[in-house]
Amino acid sequence: MSEISEDEVRREVRAWLAENWDPNLSLLAWRNKLADSGWGMPQWPRQWYGRGLPARMVRIVEEEFAAVGAIGCLRGGIGRLAAAVLLEHGTDYQKQKFLRRIITAEDTWCQLFSEPGSGSDLAGATTRADFDGKNWIINGQKVWTTSAHHAKWGTLLARTDWDAPKHEGLSYFILDMKQPGVDVQPLRQMNGHASFNQVFFNDAVVPPEHLVSTVNNGWQVAVTTLAYERRFAADIARPSRRGPREGRIYEEERAETATVMEPYKWYPQRAGRVDLIIERARETGANHDPVVRQEIARLMTLAQAAEWTARRARAAQSQGRPQGPEGSLGKLAASHVARGCARVHTMITGTAAMLTGADSPRNGVIAEILVSVPAVSIAGGTDEIQRNIIAERVLGLPKEPRFDTGPFRNIRRN
Amino acid sequence: MSTADKPVVESAQHIRYAFTEEQEQFRTALRRFLEDKSPPLEVRRLMATAQGYDPAVWRRLSEDLALPGIHVPQQYGGAGFGMVELGIVMEELGRSLLCAPYFSSAVLAASAIMNGATEEQKRDLLPDIAAGLQLATLAVTELDGNWDPRAIRLKATRAGGNYLLEGVKSYVVDGHTANLLVVAARAADRDIGLFAIPADAAGVARELLASMDPTRKIARIEFKAARAQLLGDSEDGLNALSRTLDQAAVALANEMVGGAQKLLESAVSYAKMRVQFGREIGSFQAIKHKLADMLVDVELAKSTAYYAAQAAAVEDPEWPAIACMAKAAASDTYVRTAAETIQIHGGIGFTWDNDTHLWFKRAKSSEVFLGQPNYHRELLMQRWRV
Repeated sequence: MSEISEDEVRREVRAWLAENWDPNLSLLAWRNKLADSGWGMPQWPRQWYGRGLPARMVRIVEEEFAAVGAIGCLRGGIGRLAAAVLLEHGTDYQKQKFLRRIITAEDTWCQLFSEPGSGSDLAGATTRADFDGKNWIINGQKVWTTSAHHAKWGTLLARTDWDAPKHEGLSYFILDMKQPGVDVQPLRQMNGHASFNQVFFNDAVVPPEHLVSTVNNGWQVAVTTLAYERRFAADIARPSRRGPREGRIYEEERAETATVMEPYKWYPQRAGRVDLIIERARETGANHDPVVRQEIARLMTLAQAAEWTARRARAAQSQGRPQGPEGSLGKLAASHVARGCARVHTMITGTAAMLTGADSPRNGVIAEILVSVPAVSIAGGTDEIQRNIIAERVLGLPKEPRFDTGPFRNIRRN
Repeated sequence: MSTADKPVVESAQHIRYAFTEEQEQFRTALRRFLEDKSPPLEVRRLMATAQGYDPAVWRRLSEDLALPGIHVPQQYGGAGFGMVELGIVMEELGRSLLCAPYFSSAVLAASAIMNGATEEQKRDLLPDIAAGLQLATLAVTELDGNWDPRAIRLKATRAGGNYLLEGVKSYVVDGHTANLLVVAARAADRDIGLFAIPADAAGVARELLASMDPTRKIARIEFKAARAQLLGDSEDGLNALSRTLDQAAVALANEMVGGAQKLLESAVSYAKMRVQFGREIGSFQAIKHKLADMLVDVELAKSTAYYAAQAAAVEDPEWPAIACMAKAAASDTYVRTAAETIQIHGGIGFTWDNDTHLWFKRAKSSEVFLGQPNYHRELLMQRWRV
């Protein structure tokens, strides 16, 4: 691959957009153009709907898209994770079959990893895949599956060898969600929303060509996904706000975004709504209480410190320095902030914090904060797992002795 | 992705979140110097003396590294850097616990003079302080230990071209060794004023106070009709004092995070070495989670202290409020980290021979110096007009 300069890329994408961008196209027609031209996923290889550009040049393409208000591929989402896995581990058949429809967003995807019996200990999965001579037959249960109810495909981690050590007996499959052996049920959370699902497999079928990588190499493949998941975490569907926004395609994009974002609508409350603290204190008069003032100041300082720490981490990265410990603690800091918010919102709102109906302060948002915050220190790796990671990888402390070695069959489990 | 992620303080565009290459090199050189000159044995030797510092080390720190004037403009004999570089110096001093009159002379007194003195007074007073030849300090608090300038009672009465000081100052850092005292006093013809007076002037009596932290000595100073020179020629004494205290809070916050980081490292290395129940104690989650929490705590406090220094350096309008945040956060973190470091060391951590208590005591004295965390949190709320 010959080195192409940033200016050349900018010129090329600009010219292509001038020729092709049309806000009156349908979203699908436009995304097909993106797939054909490679401009939707410029960092992907040329033979697979990309342009083979180095990752650092993606920003240029995004800037040019934003300048004319052009819509890109669906950002975030499990499909993007699946695509990253397929590009790294998939067969040509699989790339052919799945990648294009991920770009066009005709198919949506879900991730079938967590189970009722294996949350933090993901490699302890007991959903089984047995080969019947023709197909893989899947039995078991997954949980915390976002968007499973409208997904066409699921990326599945299932056990294929019970005598191997636990990380060495898992395989990674692509499973058709729309089949009789798959039953999707919404999982209602304590805050009343149902952002996730439980998925039950009862002799669900996966053809052998939908095994990704080799049998029993599933953990290695899953690790790829998890690495991408962290990278994409900050990148959930965020449509460009620049440029003129009139035309059929924007209507369709708004509908798509609404569907993608639906499970996340309570996430601002989950994070604690530090932005409301001072406003609310003035509203209720709690800003005159010296004890509450102390708590507010303490919380605002913590929230600000967390924000500045994230910026420090990014600044070090952009200077090309190795990331210091400040890069690994954002999740724990976010937990502290959210919990602090729940505490202080309660102090500020007082008795009315109980109310959820028409009489409630801020139309139920305060109560929703209180019943949503407990998720923050669990989702995406519990605080306890984060502490282990920081202690072992950043501080270099020794690991705990393990009790889960040897054949998986013999390991104690739920 | 939501308004909830928006920072409270609109972070100014011009504030840097990383140190420059030159600043990192400066830090490295400084750390090497301090590791050589201020190992714990040396700290222990000096803290047991009344003088409290080693004049030979002070000379090298002044002549070779130009530290006392690091933030003093070049026209007054300083190195011409700003709050960020001062923050780096303080962080490294906090780490090494160097026993030296740096905080008193370079931070408190030099800043007070820069903020309050006339051009002529600055030219007269600053070069010797910046060169480390003159040791100065700032006297603010009185017997009640209150850091609010409104609590100042020490009286200054006009007498010819000068003022006569009458009253008592306490908690004056290095007040027993300084040659020059900058004193905040209440004058009949103005509100708060800053006054300069040689420490050996008639009517000045100084007494070293017995205190918990022998690495930073404090004195009580009595003034009886002591003749002092008013600094500055405007009514701005209170502003100059406030600004000085805010700058000192930022500097002290940076010193505190340096000390906290050092303690964290010592706790981690002990947890990796100490074996109980047949394994390193650092392999127990009870200990490793505690250490992970300490790391988070220290990094968050660092971010606040660094941001405060950057904001002060560019005179961001928010910086006095952020100084309050930095002082409160660093104080809480330093004290917590010190207590947990002792806890992780177990019984040995409570002994005199173990070095942890040296930093623990500095953490305690820094927590209350310039005002406790509660004081700064309340001040923050007032500055934000909440």
